[in-house]
Amino acid sequence: MQAIAVMSRREVLRTGGAVMVSFLFGVALPPRTRAQEPGPGAALGKPLTLKEVDSFLAVHADGSVTIYTSKVDVGTGLRLAMSQMVAEELGMSVERIAVVEGDTALTPDQGGTGGSTGIPRGAVEVRQAAATARQAILKLGAERLGCSAAELTLADGQVRPITGGPGIGIGALTEGKRLALQVDPKAPLQDPTRYTVVGQPLLRPDVPGKCTGQHLYVQDFTVPGMLHGRVIRPPAIGATLLAVDESSLRGIPEVRVVRRESFLGVVAPDEWAAVRAARALKATWSTWEGLPGSAGLDRSVHESAVERTETLVSRGDLAASLPAAVTQLAATYTWPFQSHASLGPSCAVADVRPEGTTVWTASQGPHALRRNLATIFGIPEDQLRVMFLESSGSYGTNGGDDAAADALLLSKTVGRPVRVQWTREDEHGWDPKGPPQVLALCGGLDADQRILGWDTQMWLPANVPGHRPFLAVDAAGMPQAHGRSAGQIAQNGDPPYAAAHVHVQVHWLKETPLRLSNLRAPGKIANVFAVESFTDELAAAAGADPVAFRLRGLTDPRAIDVLQRATEMLGWQARPSPNPHPAQDDGLAGRGVAYARYKQTENYVAMAMEVTVDPASGRIGVRRVTCAHDCGLVVNPDGLRNQIEGSILQTLSRTLHEEVTFDRARVTSVDWVSYPILTFPEVPAIAVALLDRPALPPFGAGEASTAPVAAALANAVFDATGARLRAVPFTPDRVKAAVAAHGGRGAPAQRTPDASRP
Amino acid sequence: MAPYRLRVNDRAVTVESWDPAQPLLYVLRNGLGLHGPKFGCGLGQCGTCTVLIDGTPVRSCITSVEHAAGHAITTLEGLGTPEQPDPVQAAFMAEQAAQCGYCTNGMILATKALLTQTPHPTREQVQQGFDGYLCRCGTHTRILHAVLRAAKA
Repeated sequence: MQAIAVMSRREVLRTGGAVMVSFLFGVALPPRTRAQEPGPGAALGKPLTLKEVDSFLAVHADGSVTIYTSKVDVGTGLRLAMSQMVAEELGMSVERIAVVEGDTALTPDQGGTGGSTGIPRGAVEVRQAAATARQAILKLGAERLGCSAAELTLADGQVRPITGGPGIGIGALTEGKRLALQVDPKAPLQDPTRYTVVGQPLLRPDVPGKCTGQHLYVQDFTVPGMLHGRVIRPPAIGATLLAVDESSLRGIPEVRVVRRESFLGVVAPDEWAAVRAARALKATWSTWEGLPGSAGLDRSVHESAVERTETLVSRGDLAASLPAAVTQLAATYTWPFQSHASLGPSCAVADVRPEGTTVWTASQGPHALRRNLATIFGIPEDQLRVMFLESSGSYGTNGGDDAAADALLLSKTVGRPVRVQWTREDEHGWDPKGPPQVLALCGGLDADQRILGWDTQMWLPANVPGHRPFLAVDAAGMPQAHGRSAGQIAQNGDPPYAAAHVHVQVHWLKETPLRLSNLRAPGKIANVFAVESFTDELAAAAGADPVAFRLRGLTDPRAIDVLQRATEMLGWQARPSPNPHPAQDDGLAGRGVAYARYKQTENYVAMAMEVTVDPASGRIGVRRVTCAHDCGLVVNPDGLRNQIEGSILQTLSRTLHEEVTFDRARVTSVDWVSYPILTFPEVPAIAVALLDRPALPPFGAGEASTAPVAAALANAVFDATGARLRAVPFTPDRVKAAVAAHGGRGAPAQRTPDASRP
Repeated sequence: MAPYRLRVNDRAVTVESWDPAQPLLYVLRNGLGLHGPKFGCGLGQCGTCTVLIDGTPVRSCITSVEHAAGHAITTLEGLGTPEQPDPVQAAFMAEQAAQCGYCTNGMILATKALLTQTPHPTREQVQQGFDGYLCRCGTHTRILHAVLRAAKA
């Protein structure tokens, strides 16, 4: 065990909440600097621009290094991967590197953590700062040793002659002073063939603390004088608060009700008192029934008013080509609203003081959160410090930002620090959701059974510029932006295979019933589900093996590599689907495959699956999953595998089980019974192959392997049963209905009327 | 305020609660500063708040302090530390069986209880035994490996 976390509560308090992670017990943390003293404002004097090396790195007099980054580690291993990349450039071990993340007073704004940008943007920027620092340190060493910098190298935390001999520690050279350098975009990077730290499966520094109860989560964070807050949400999303009967709180100690228009909260020194009060408080709300209800959502999405239609791909002449197709198919695929469903409900602590305000949050975008809160609450940005603390996995923007606004509003009102802990019902019911998606595809094959033409029509909620509104701020009747975004949800709607005539359009919808945000791999899981299911339908119509059919349309060797590797690992036998001999003891057996190039330009991922389907119960059992993954340079293979395994299982959960339900008033899937997720008995065996490309740039890898999961599963179910699942989640009822509708065997996608040719 | 006597991690403690129905979880986290057990649902559905009471895994979010009084409670902190982990904790570390780690408390205590009953479980037995413990990051396969590794330790 070489990497050990140090992040005690005491230390976090000492550093004012800036999360310091050091890698070894006994090694002193970087010495306290003025910048690490608790302080509410942003004016701590540390450079924060993206142009300065000191914004990203501090080399301390003892030779240890601190990284400053706005990209936060939400259980992904980013801290360690980033440290490995810096360690490589500075010729030191990760044990001497600490990371300060997501602190608006200390970290440069590299953007929020999302879209798998932690490595390709966050770490790559920090690496370039380290590469610049390397040159400066070598120069200092050359002056001290009286030789040229070209004769020196950095190793073991020292500048030393390449030919050997005594060196000087980097801390002794910099003397703990700022480097006062601009980041040189041309500073040379270490030669990948000589990497000794990058590419190693080092152990994450946070895991020992997480296994012993020592790791500090935002839920554990306290400040002196803090009150516990709970917010009482209305029984209907748009209801207004009419009356509150505070006598209902009799017997609950020291509780105070906070009401501001329709914002209703309670605070108390004792957490259980706050919980009891929130449950007991009698409030009268107006009735409101503004939701359409989740039943039939795919139809209501399809029929919603379109704000504008955007053509994303237009290649060849689809209209002219399709009539010439010997086979033409059409099919519609749907994806429901889904929740981030974080295992730990969101939490935040806010301390509003005259001299400045501090918010401790698990937000994946502390800088954007600060800008938004500052505007709304009229706090100058330099008087508002937002600090990240880890929470339960968020997988995008869950309820965390809203909890921060709840805490700030309560603290501002009562004049004390307030911790707000959401309930399970809050998190499931009120987190901004991943959007529903409807995709209508049609396509045709030529006489050689190759894809001739392809059309994808998507119906997606339109983006609205501006920040996402906070629940508390709307409830309190305060003005704020009402932006809407669920992320880059229209990517991966076109086939990754050769096709002369391709048309992809998105119909951006004016309205959507529930608040939206980015949920892991935004939009792309559903889009790849549709594209790769439809590819499978075309392969079946062509009577072709699904792998061979795909390979015929691929020329990129990296794509071919992952597809061949994933299917070889499964022991893929070439034959068309459905399986001619599916019957086994535990149901009908089948296998499926799917491939995607994430965001069309990033990771190459192929996945194959083996399933059994019990036609009587409609239960799908996933036996084995294989995945071949090429994200370019692999920084930490073990961390990468952990992300891939997690992506696979979480997306199996989303595909098999997850759908947010709502009635006319509110979300009704508000706990783990009404919103079930994958359980241990359902977990398949997983094998992952990493195709490392050390000489290529790294892509982010927290999302890519989610993309092919749903399609591979649907294709495997088709192979087993001949029934095609086109609506997620694949509940037993849906599976039973699909199998029954197709007589249990071989029903292809609808052949479009004009395709009925000899 | 009424006093309740507990034995927590082999230490006799007396805690005060104004409400006998107060869940043990809040007493442990806020009264005793033990943050191993986590608030996940407050409904006994997810397992993040698990503690051992007299060796049996219990959901502390739905177990009252009054009910827990007089019993021996073990939290994650009671097993070991980063420097001196319990064998189950060591197995989880070796397998890197955590992402966000919010479920880890329940997983490790469930492992302690499972291995007491079934010292050499099969993978399927672990899967069935962990049915009531949720993980959202999808770290299940590593957790299974960690349990099987701990069984060999």
